[in-house]
Amino acid sequence: MDKKLERLRINLPHAGGNLQLKNPVLTASGTFGYGLEYTPYGNLTELGGIVTKGLSLKPRPGNPMPRIAETSCGMLNAIGLQNCGVEEFLKNCLPKLPVLDLPVIANIYAHSLDDFAELSGILADAPGLAGLEVNISCPNVSCGGVLFGQNPREAARVTEAVKKKAKKLPVIVKLSPNVTDITEIAKACAEAGADMLSCINTLTGMAVDLVKRRPLLANITGGLSGPAIKPVALRCVWQVARAVNIPVIGIGGISSAEDALEFIMAGAYAVQIGTANFRRPDRAFTLVREIADLMDKLDIENLESFRGSLQV
Amino acid sequence: MPANINTLTVVDLVPFGLEREHGGFYALRLSRPNWADWTPGQFVMIRPETWGPELPWARPLSICMLSADLILFFQIVGRGSKRLAELRHGDKVQVVGPLGTGFQVEKDTPTLLLAGGMGIVPFVGYVQRHPGPNALSLLFGHRAPLEYYPFEHFDDKVEARHFHEAGPEDLTLFLNTVDERVASYAARNGLVLACGPLPFLRAVQGMCLKHKARAQLSLESRMACGAGACLGCVVKPLLDEASGRNRSAQDIPEQMHKGLPVPTCTCGPVFWADSIDLKD
Ligand SMILES: Cc1cc2nc3c(=O)[nH]c(=O)nc-3n(C[C@H](O)[C@H](O)[C@H](O)COP(=O)(O)O)c2cc1C
Ligand code: FES
Repeated sequence: MDKKLERLRINLPHAGGNLQLKNPVLTASGTFGYGLEYTPYGNLTELGGIVTKGLSLKPRPGNPMPRIAETSCGMLNAIGLQNCGVEEFLKNCLPKLPVLDLPVIANIYAHSLDDFAELSGILADAPGLAGLEVNISCPNVSCGGVLFGQNPREAARVTEAVKKKAKKLPVIVKLSPNVTDITEIAKACAEAGADMLSCINTLTGMAVDLVKRRPLLANITGGLSGPAIKPVALRCVWQVARAVNIPVIGIGGISSAEDALEFIMAGAYAVQIGTANFRRPDRAFTLVREIADLMDKLDIENLESFRGSLQV
Repeated sequence: MPANINTLTVVDLVPFGLEREHGGFYALRLSRPNWADWTPGQFVMIRPETWGPELPWARPLSICMLSADLILFFQIVGRGSKRLAELRHGDKVQVVGPLGTGFQVEKDTPTLLLAGGMGIVPFVGYVQRHPGPNALSLLFGHRAPLEYYPFEHFDDKVEARHFHEAGPEDLTLFLNTVDERVASYAARNGLVLACGPLPFLRAVQGMCLKHKARAQLSLESRMACGAGACLGCVVKPLLDEASGRNRSAQDIPEQMHKGLPVPTCTCGPVFWADSIDLKD
């Protein structure tokens, strides 16, 4: 690796050790499949890490079609957590990923505390996994999902249930912006033992066809992502980073090196790239060097000292 | 840059049809990509470099033809295609592809091409590249006047008939003709290939299953990633209740045997007609 990229290294400290990343660029759950889908477009090991599509105990067929709609500066999705289930992931996806050189974080979803615990237990023993990201913020499933993420007590209970089974794996809890005060949920998760927080998941939204008088999504509502939500995400990251003492990972509309550094300046340790992958399938890959170039331009020595340097 | 992402230059954008600008049908000619190979039926994800954050997705377009240039064809249907229609000579566009599965090519098999509307586009390249075009014939149903579509490409090469759908009785005539032809191709162990809007494909699928015709359907679907990652473009596989495996008698991707909906962008857009469930 050349010297320039060397400076992008970061450390995310947690109770069980350190999550070390080559650079702060991770891919966001649900936008990058299980990683393998993007091997035609770049070398996965050049990324800081990947977060998988949300995994559940059993395979899930997801919501009826149509599930996606483009909106101005963003998109709505109501995929409904279609996924192959944890067993298939462990058998056919994880072994194909270059885990020695690529931190792979499993995003997990369940309906109940028991299922969250069981799922975490199964993944805790998976060879090569770098962490768990707990989705308590999905707006597109009828039961569980965002309900866990909208109530501090529920959020804490899920965090505890996962932590108990996760062994040494760092547990990242993914927060929803669809709440009155995100810091309340953030603090509850941190107190319950979360190692890190990631924010944000999508904002609930809706789009309609004026001529047909029908919603654009079969699910009627969906989760809004993309550049449109960046200001909301930045605000959430800033508030959460000040409210807790654990690393925060920024997500939401990040499409450029400028966006990424803005989130880090607001307090994020790393960022996740979601909808921007759809603009160009090599977006996450090219972003790494662009961040290094921009750091040069802005005289940023390293990310450690730059983090949280926003003056207010 | 990965080989499957090309930055191409717009050679020209030609409006099709009599009312030209008003019809909203265009042929887009781009500089030639450095593809090793491609198969008719495959598509590209295209996004002009001038698009900003207001249009976060690239757009899937079926490959019409590849010669000295890459030729794509589109109709204005929404905000993206409206912006594509503003492209000018010299503009740069990012083109990802060729993507997805193409149509089956069998040199000496009688092959029936069924196109509805813009579904005619991939068949231009199909006919052009087919090693035995004498074995091909085309039935084309369309709503806009014929001049709006790249139909003249077929006239001299294959037996081609078109049906202008002005009212419901025209559609009935078209579909009845399709049904008769599917039956006769099935009887000769021919091949049926169809592309067009979903209601048309549903009708064709019904006929193909009824007559037990070997058939492929090319689906048009809203797409975001084009990589099989977002699961926004999925279609349900047709499963056999007893075995839990796909009912298809054809060689299909293993993923289609697992029961979950599969991405149209990677397992398709061309699917064997007996492998997918097009019901709502
Ligand atoms: C198509 C799609 C599928 C998603 N699936 C998941 C998921 O399974 N689990 C999850 O935690 N977040 C999921 N998300 C949310 C993203 O991970 C991310 O939090 C959100 O899109 C905001 O980031 P972005 O603006 O960069 O896309 C999904 C987003 C999209 C667009
Ligand atoms: S468009 Fe994303 S899976 Fe097909």
